[in-house]
This record gives sequence, C-alpha cells and structure tokens, in this order.
Amino acid sequence: MSMPPFLRDIEFAVDLSLVNAKGWCLDLLGHFLPDWTVVLASIVISGVAILALGPLVMMYLTLLERKVIGRIQNRYGPNRVGKWGLLQPIADGIKMFTKEDIVPAQADKIVHFLAPVVIVVPALMVFLVVPFGERMTAVNLNIGLLYFIAVSSITTIPIFMGSWASRNKYSLLGGMRTAAQMISYEIPMTLSVVPVIMMSQSLSTNTIVMTQVGDLDLHWFIFTPWGLVGFLIYFLCAVAECNRPPFDLPEAESELVAGFHTEYSGMKFALFYMAEYMNAFTLCGIATTLFLGGWQGPFFPSWLWFFGKTFALICVMIWFRGTLPRFRVDQLMGFAWKFLLPLTLINIPVAALWFFVPERLAWLYSIAIFAVSFWGLVKLNCAFVPEKRIYPLAD
Amino acid sequence: MEILELFSKIGIYATMALVLVFALGVVALRNLFHCALCLAAVLIGTAMIYVALHAEFLAAVQILVYVGAVMTLVIFVIMLTEHLGGKTIRQTNRQSPAAIIGLSGIVVLLGTLLMKTPWPVTAKALDAKVSVMSLGKALMGTYAFPFEVISVILIACLIGAIVIAKKDVSEKGPS
Repeated sequence: MSMPPFLRDIEFAVDLSLVNAKGWCLDLLGHFLPDWTVVLASIVISGVAILALGPLVMMYLTLLERKVIGRIQNRYGPNRVGKWGLLQPIADGIKMFTKEDIVPAQADKIVHFLAPVVIVVPALMVFLVVPFGERMTAVNLNIGLLYFIAVSSITTIPIFMGSWASRNKYSLLGGMRTAAQMISYEIPMTLSVVPVIMMSQSLSTNTIVMTQVGDLDLHWFIFTPWGLVGFLIYFLCAVAECNRPPFDLPEAESELVAGFHTEYSGMKFALFYMAEYMNAFTLCGIATTLFLGGWQGPFFPSWLWFFGKTFALICVMIWFRGTLPRFRVDQLMGFAWKFLLPLTLINIPVAALWFFVPERLAWLYSIAIFAVSFWGLVKLNCAFVPEKRIYPLAD
Repeated sequence: MEILELFSKIGIYATMALVLVFALGVVALRNLFHCALCLAAVLIGTAMIYVALHAEFLAAVQILVYVGAVMTLVIFVIMLTEHLGGKTIRQTNRQSPAAIIGLSGIVVLLGTLLMKTPWPVTAKALDAKVSVMSLGKALMGTYAFPFEVISVILIACLIGAIVIAKKDVSEKGPS
C-alpha cells in the first residue's frame, strides 16, 4: 500500500488510540502501586470494557433493529424518547427493572431463577476472543476459534433449564425445538469453519485475521470460492443459532406464545433478550473475523472496520427478519442435514484443491464442483410432488 | 507477584472443591433433571481445571463434546420422558452397601498406586506444552492407523444405529 509516511503515522496513532489509552492508565498506576495491582488492573480494565460493551451493544442493537424494521414496514420506529429515539433503550431498561418479577407457582424456583443468569455467561465469555481491532483482542488464545465454538455450544443448557423449570407446555415445546435446531445447525457451522483453519493453519482469531493481509488490505477469505461458500453457510447457521427469523421456531409467537421464555418477566426476560442479541453480535463478529478480513481494511482505523463489517452483517440479519416468513420444522431440519451439511463436506476438499492448484485453474475447478454439487443437492432435495389427479366423472 | 499466584491457587482449589460438591449432587439429588445439571457443572469445572493446567485444547474439546453434545442429549432424553423429569426418585437401593465395599476397594487400590508412583517433577516436564499443531501432526502421522480404525468403528456404530432405527419403523408401519 503506497501512502505518505505521515498519513501512515496518523493512521497508526488513531488505530491504537484505545490500546494506548489503556497502556497510559497502567503506566500511571505503576508509579505508585505495587506490581501485582498493575496486572490486576490490566485484567480489570479489559474485563470492564467487555462487560460494558456487551450490554451497550445489546441496547443499541434493539434500537437499530426497531428502526430498520420500521423503515422496512414503511413507518418511523421509536422516535419519542430523545433525538431520533436514541434514549429509547434506556427507557426500556428502566421499564424492565421496575416490572414485577412473576414466578409460576408450580415452577422449579432455583432452576427458574438460574436459567437467565447462566445464559448471559457464555454470551459474555465469547467476547474474550473476538478481535475488535489491531492488538484489541482481550485474550489471544491459541485455540481462540475452538474456544468460541465450545463456549457458544453451552447456550442450549440454560435454555433447557428455563423451559423445563417453567412447567409450561409452550416453554417445553420451545425448549425442545431450540435443542433440535441448535444441535443440527452447530454441525454445518463448525464444519464450514474448517477451510479457514486449513488455510490460516491456526486456531487463533488474531492469526486468522493476520493471514488475510494483502494488497490494500483486501485479501479477505470471502474473495475465494471456498470462502464465499463457507461464509454463506456460516452466516445462515449463525442466523439459526441465535434463533432469529426465518429460523425463529423456538419462539414462534403465533404458535408458542414466546417459546422458552414464556414464563419470564421483567429483568429475567431482559437477560434472555440480552444474551440473544449479544450472541447475534458475536456470531457476526466471528463471521467478520473468519471471512471478511476482521479488522483489515484500507484508510480507516481497524476497530472502525471491524464494527462496520459486523453491523453490516447484523443489518442483513434484520433484513432477513423483515423479509422472510418462518420455516416449517421439517424444512428447517432438512435444510441443515440434507443441504448445508453435504455442501460443507464438499467445501473442505475444494479448499484443499485451492491450496495445491494454481489460482486460475483452482477458480475453474471449484466453480465447476460447486455448480455440479449445488445442482445435485437441489435435485435430490426436491420433494416428490405427485401429479394432480383429474376426476373426469366428479362433476 | 506472589499474591497473584496465591489468588490463582485459591481459585484452582475452590474449583476443585466445587467440582466435588457438584459430583456429590449428581449421585445424591433426587430429581433427575437436577442431577443432569449437576453433571454439566462437573464437566465444566473439569474443563476449568484443564485450563488451569495449560491444557486449553483438551478443555475446549471437553466442553464441546461433553457439555455441548452429550449433556444436551442426556437432558433431551430426560425431557422426552416427561414424568421422569418431574418425579423425584430414590438414589439408593439394597445393593448400595455392596457397592460401597467394592468402591472402597478400588479407592484403596488407586490410592496405593498413586502413592507408589514416583512423579518426576523436572523442569522439562513442567515446560512441556502440547500445542494443537503437534497434536494434529501426531494424529495424522504417528497414530494415523489407530485414528482411522476408530473412525471406521464410529461409522459402523452410526450405520448400525440407523439400521436398527429403520427396522422398527418398517415392521410397525402400515406397508
């Protein structure tokens, strides 16, 4: 990238401004406090930043969603509290806090209480490995990606706890649907990540971003055939994982009232919602990291690139919600097992082909393979529709 | 820095104690669903101990396989058999005295073995870190044959499960 050196310096300074601010704070503390408090303070600063970021992101995601959905449905969305409704999330928060907390008489009190508390923990824990910008990963684990997949797989258990402890048929049905859906979609999601691991030869989220460096910082994995297919599969699975439309069967309003959180009110309900929105954010963040080059990009500071790409993906999720009707249960399961799973399995050898064959030829081969397999899968998945019978003597 | 080490030591021992408490819960609680939740907690606690011992990969796999998949299946089964989930059952029966005798025998045996084994704590052993890459190379290189054998066995199990499940349907079905 050709750029005057002073511009480069400015970019670098803006880029690392947040990291530098933390370093400056620690230096200040180091002057008059013992060493171990500085280590502790470093942990606390990163921890508090993450703990504050999660709820903040969730609050404004709800506003963004309501605004965008409003525009899609040709109305304004919230615009009364503050300028452009900017204080709406805070008003909602106060409302949630002051609402009565209702626990069903037959409910299992302890588990009913624990479920919304536990569900926030994995949702916050995955923030640890998300690389928000250059040198802005809270913990650069060498198994970062595996950590993300493992921790986000815990989410099913608190959902089970909530649905079982409520002693409500709708809750139980919602919980069962969630489990079936999450188990099914976790498999193609995990497998769609494998080509990325193969190419970057690392599980660390930071290293994965680093391997997408190139001319103009645009050497993203999505610009390769396996990256594009992997991204599409990953993103569809991510939408299903956080139970958003069109995969929102676990909380289908028209069938199950509200699914697993039917019996929750006030702050407990808010916690379920918070976990859901934070999951949506981290799943999009990881999609950005894996396929869209993470914080790589020309001109702007790295964290701006990361948040821009992530929010673009979230807007696509909201767009899905505004556009698509809900799936049927059999369509949902069939889509995961009969379409996405075989496609991911094909994607892995294609990535291997990319590794060993020169680029032009690899493009040709992989497009051919994907075209044939896509056509075959669509053909195989076509349900048999019998011809319409004609009864000549009926009328 | 010693204070930090002390903190981490306290943390590890607290985790171990919690794991033991939850493990007791698995065998002592009367509600099956609570037992399953305790088991999940035990498995997560074990993963935390792995992390403390610098075996991050093992910890992640432990959570992914046991908590993410096995526990979900266990809870799923408990919820499918609805009256099992709500009912409370006794956790002891007439065979428990015999079981205690057998178990104490095993504890004594394992204890003596643990005491007799010399645990060589050298600098080399303390520094040993198994990276994911070396693990993968070992699986694909040195241990490729047993690895493949295990995968063949697993596939055989899967196909077997499908065949058994299918047979039932065709016998009972209308055709």
